[in-house]
Amino acid sequence: MANLVAESEFLLSVLSEPQSQGMLLGMNVVVCVKQIPDPADPGALDPQTNTLKRDGKLILDESDSYGVEMALQLVDTAGGGEVTLVSMAPNGEVSGLRTALAMGAAKAVLVSDPALAGSDALGTSKVLAKAIQRAGEADLILTATESSDGYTGVVPEQIAELLQLPSITFAKEITIEGNTLKVQRQTEAGYDEVESPLPAVVSVTAGVVEPRYPSFKGIMAAKSKPVDQVTVADLGIDPSAVGWAGGGQEIVEVAQAEARAGGTIVEDDGEGFQKIVDLLAELKVI
Amino acid sequence: MTVSKIWVLAEATDGKVATTTLEILAKARELADTVEVVTASGAEIAAEVGAHGATKVLAVGGTEGKLLGAPLAGAIAAAIAAGNGPDAVLMATSYTGRDVAGRLSVKIDAPVITNVVDLVERDGRLAGVEPIFGGVTDVITKFTTDKVGIFLVRPKSFAAEESGGAAASVEELSVPDLGATGTAVVTSRFVEEKTGPSLDEAAVVVSGGRGLGEKDNYQLVEDLAKLLQAAPGASRAIVDAGWVPYSYQVGQTGKVVKPTLYIAAGISGATQHLVGMKGSKNIIAINKDAEAPIFAVSDLGIVGDVHKVLPKLIEALQARS
Repeated sequence: MANLVAESEFLLSVLSEPQSQGMLLGMNVVVCVKQIPDPADPGALDPQTNTLKRDGKLILDESDSYGVEMALQLVDTAGGGEVTLVSMAPNGEVSGLRTALAMGAAKAVLVSDPALAGSDALGTSKVLAKAIQRAGEADLILTATESSDGYTGVVPEQIAELLQLPSITFAKEITIEGNTLKVQRQTEAGYDEVESPLPAVVSVTAGVVEPRYPSFKGIMAAKSKPVDQVTVADLGIDPSAVGWAGGGQEIVEVAQAEARAGGTIVEDDGEGFQKIVDLLAELKVI
Repeated sequence: MTVSKIWVLAEATDGKVATTTLEILAKARELADTVEVVTASGAEIAAEVGAHGATKVLAVGGTEGKLLGAPLAGAIAAAIAAGNGPDAVLMATSYTGRDVAGRLSVKIDAPVITNVVDLVERDGRLAGVEPIFGGVTDVITKFTTDKVGIFLVRPKSFAAEESGGAAASVEELSVPDLGATGTAVVTSRFVEEKTGPSLDEAAVVVSGGRGLGEKDNYQLVEDLAKLLQAAPGASRAIVDAGWVPYSYQVGQTGKVVKPTLYIAAGISGATQHLVGMKGSKNIIAINKDAEAPIFAVSDLGIVGDVHKVLPKLIEALQARS
């Protein structure tokens, strides 16, 4: 991994030169997506490794559908170009990717390697950065703000730093004017208008666009769209630099958190509201 | 104490230090002999962070109008490379905190321990306590190398408390050349007008979820909140659905709240949500599914239809006032 920083310089030359001012020649957008266990299923820890089990059927993380939709809209507006997905999974799972391909993404790079199991956010970012490089010329790289299963929320910035690109996190709205990226960025108080040159990394806040449902035609077409499946070694990364071995952190203890004492649960018989009024009075809220 | 020096990322607005920063300072001074802050604000916060236990303000200059992630991470990494770094850097899980943590992590090639609600020592190293599965289980994670430990700490994990310290001394921390990474600039700021108490500070919070059925029914939550002088909140599901803005979101993403009373209307209690409100002193839940996880943390649970219970509750409260 030590050569990653040096290689990021090479990467700058690989990333496309921004389109010339004022000419809508189209834009290429890479979207990082994660396939996760269905959040409706209860989560569990692998007793051997103390990390989240990810062995069942995987779906497209709903958080990522907003980035995919945003990318498709930007490409439409630009009048050309394409959306490429980048993802990683230990077991070659593609069902989540097919969903995004059915929405309209053109192709995907899937890094699939048992060595990835146990990767932390930094290991994930190193792999994704290389995969983005492999995906070809990118004007813009989109991610979600965080995954719905791991929640670390640091991957977008890590990718940007590895690629030596500017980044704008928590985007509610993205517009492209010439070579300039303009983003409305969520803040504690409201939002900021933020600008940077392209290429750049942007993380997209959930709920800001309405992800399209894949059409039947889209679903059929997705089956034959190219998924470039590669290993960690194919990307020039030493497998020992990712996964468990590459982690640099370890879980030393798993404990039951302090539980709340159970309360009173009543079936509403039409007078349930009165129980609430009584408690509000008892708590002196009213 | 084996952790001798901790840096805390200090965030401030108009010279007023963020509560989350003060919370982290309270814990940091318990853990380390020396606590210093790194900030894009300057000397104007020296008195306040000093009163909360920091002895030095490391002021990162020249950040006006820039997004802060890249310059702050650059300045911290440069100090570490020069051998002047701390044992650990603590920052709040805020917009800026996450940006700095991610960039810094790559710069020093070390991971970030995220979502931390407590910090403990394990085998001579600082370790982070992170709740998972809606706070049912805690995992304690430590770093396996001697690199500087980066921790992202959740808001409201510690109580802010003054130490009575003198104003901190101020020192410049310079930013190296950032190349393209430092090119993001803020061109304007918009403050959303909000009336009533804020989610962070309200004694009572009333939140709505998918069980409300449709966007217009969120008005019931607003009405109840108004009657109780409460802040209205929301589950991620209805924020993602676009019913209410992101600033309403209570949960792992969004705000962590610890009010005296939390009322969850039509919220099933996904992990995502429970983590953000489980610390409330009293919890009332209304949900039609008796098996909903929200009832496991509720002091009073009404198994029923929010569309029936809420209007009656609102009517009863209006009759009292």
